[in-house]
Amino acid sequence: MKKILTTLLFVPVLAFAGGAELHLDRAPNKRNDVAALQHGAKLFVNYCLNCHSASYMRYNRLQDIGLNDQQIKDNLLFTAEKVGEPMRIAMQQGDAKVWFGAAPPDLTIVARSRASAFGSGPDWLYTYLRSFYRDESRPTGWNNTVFENVGMPHALYELQGIQVKDEHGKLSLATPGKMTAEEYDTAIADLVAYMQYMGEPVSEFRKSLGAMVIAFLAVLLVFAYALKREFWKDIH
Amino acid sequence: MAGSENKYKSDGSLAGAALEWVDARFPATSLWKEHLSEYYAPKNFNFWYFFGSLALLVLVLQIVTGIFLVMHFKPDASLNASGVPVAFASVEYIMRDVPWGWLVRYMHSTGASAFFVVVYLHMFRGLLYGSYRKPRELIWIFGLLIFLCLMGEAFFGYLLPWGQMSFWGAQVIVNLFSAIPVIGPDLSIWLRGDFVVGDATLNRFFSFHVIAMPLVLLGLVAAHIIALHEVGSNNPDGVEIKKHKDSNGIPLDGIPFHPYYTVKDIVGVVVFLIVFSAIVFFMPEFGGYFLEYNNFVPADPLKTPPHIAPVWYFTPFYSILRAVTSDFVPFLWLFLALVGWLCVRPSRLPLIVKLGYLGFVGAMFILLGVPAVLASWVGIKLTSILFVGLEAKFWGVVAMGGSVVIIGALPWLDHSPVKSIRYKGSLYKAILTVFVVAFFILGYLGVLAPTPMRTLVSQICSLIYFAFFLLMPWYSKIDKCKPEPERVTG
Repeated sequence: MKKILTTLLFVPVLAFAGGAELHLDRAPNKRNDVAALQHGAKLFVNYCLNCHSASYMRYNRLQDIGLNDQQIKDNLLFTAEKVGEPMRIAMQQGDAKVWFGAAPPDLTIVARSRASAFGSGPDWLYTYLRSFYRDESRPTGWNNTVFENVGMPHALYELQGIQVKDEHGKLSLATPGKMTAEEYDTAIADLVAYMQYMGEPVSEFRKSLGAMVIAFLAVLLVFAYALKREFWKDIH
Repeated sequence: MAGSENKYKSDGSLAGAALEWVDARFPATSLWKEHLSEYYAPKNFNFWYFFGSLALLVLVLQIVTGIFLVMHFKPDASLNASGVPVAFASVEYIMRDVPWGWLVRYMHSTGASAFFVVVYLHMFRGLLYGSYRKPRELIWIFGLLIFLCLMGEAFFGYLLPWGQMSFWGAQVIVNLFSAIPVIGPDLSIWLRGDFVVGDATLNRFFSFHVIAMPLVLLGLVAAHIIALHEVGSNNPDGVEIKKHKDSNGIPLDGIPFHPYYTVKDIVGVVVFLIVFSAIVFFMPEFGGYFLEYNNFVPADPLKTPPHIAPVWYFTPFYSILRAVTSDFVPFLWLFLALVGWLCVRPSRLPLIVKLGYLGFVGAMFILLGVPAVLASWVGIKLTSILFVGLEAKFWGVVAMGGSVVIIGALPWLDHSPVKSIRYKGSLYKAILTVFVVAFFILGYLGVLAPTPMRTLVSQICSLIYFAFFLLMPWYSKIDKCKPEPERVTG
């Protein structure tokens, strides 16, 4: 039922999108997998948080995913002095623009902004981060089947290895990286789960609170209806 | 009821004495009676009558959540150290660092859509039961002004998060004013306070959103309710309950608003809050309709999104705007000439007004329509023929404005002998159905990017929209209505 509703909701957006179909792989749902989120945080801080900032996200917010301040300080705090600081980077916007053609965007809520009729934001990220291939015609030497002529080089290529695109547009691994294909997919799923968490840290609490609020309202409804019945019994 | 006079005065308690003291200086008790405990509402209100009180609830919700948002929001388009506009970053600050900020923000963003949902249903109720008919014309007009204000409020508020859709939506709408002949371009610069939407625009929209519009809105809501309580509520039968009163002058089919409708509305409020909470807590983006995905990207004046769609509640009117292409302008005038004449001819307007209307529309058709048709035959670009500045965009703006304003003319367009749809004939029911379908199609198409086929469909639906109103004097008279009952039927 929920699926049908969601599909119906997207019909208009799908219709306008017309020809430009985009096939996205479904990101595994690891939003509540603490180990995956911590692994994702590690990958994010090591590989993304050098060119991209996550300036709305404070380091100590990572307590949400089971880390204490000391662990954060010892393992993740590369771009700030104190755990209360946001995840900023040293690179200047102006310099970045010169080097990459466009300043790398802040990634705090990218998992929300990349949602579309084709899939959720995490789906987009999960597919995108696995779709880089070698393209000598690009200034960086990299291109991407999800984000054509992307300005970003493949920052994770040492993990994944080097993919090439054949004439049918299919990607295949030409040079293996440090990880096997399965390991890489799992790593990306963890990274994406972390980015989904970072996009809205409160989302799981929001849902659990919502269940309680609605349960309360349902009980209130019983009393409200009984009150109405009592007052209205003489009205014909 | 005779006892109620003394109820507040004679019990001798401290509270009773305090109330007596106040009543001697301020009409507290008499206001309470006039508007609640002795305001007699028809006893046969149905489902459709929940939405007035719900609109009031959402108004309060928006004001209260808005007060708390203003404490943390910063209307500032300059970039912070990370290169993000301060306004955009302050919204994320509310979502993350302000205790319970996320809840207040989601309530406010969902509340905006909820406001339009309940107001559209509230207006449709009026349409179903003829609530705009005499003597309730002014209630209807105040209501329409509230709707207009609400549109302004929503438009100004939508710029504040300073995302891509905020920015480009405001850019598109403010640019519409530039279609006005002669003063248009300067007017749109004056409205923006800059040559593009910028910090000046953000600050003035903030001021309009939190001060100007809410003040006007509250005044209009008060006027709406005062006018309602002056003439009394309509009901699903569309008959006057004041025609039959008991010996105390109380309508036989009326019941005091308090406690009967207060307790009934509490049920409506709880049901509404359940639906509202389901959205706030489980799907605050509502599939990209309540919070557009692209609005999670900060405003970038150098990057136009491929598709700019207004939020869902504006889309029917936005579709009408887009439907008016230069090829469509002649048809619009021909349509107005034919349909308008059907509307004006049977009315009680003086002959000179009728002829004036025909003359004006005829002249417009000959001046704008005929040359356009001729031009298209010989293949000249239409816009070069149409008057200076009076391009299709201008008529689109006029059509869009007209499509809202025309709702206010309903009391004078409806000549049916009965008010309620319960006693109207199958003709009106069929026409209303077509109108509702056309309105939904317009709303749906307004979300999509235009294609030639979609433009054609939206043109047809726009004509249906206007025909519903303009032909009403004609079809409401020939419709075969059933006789109204003397009293409400429960």
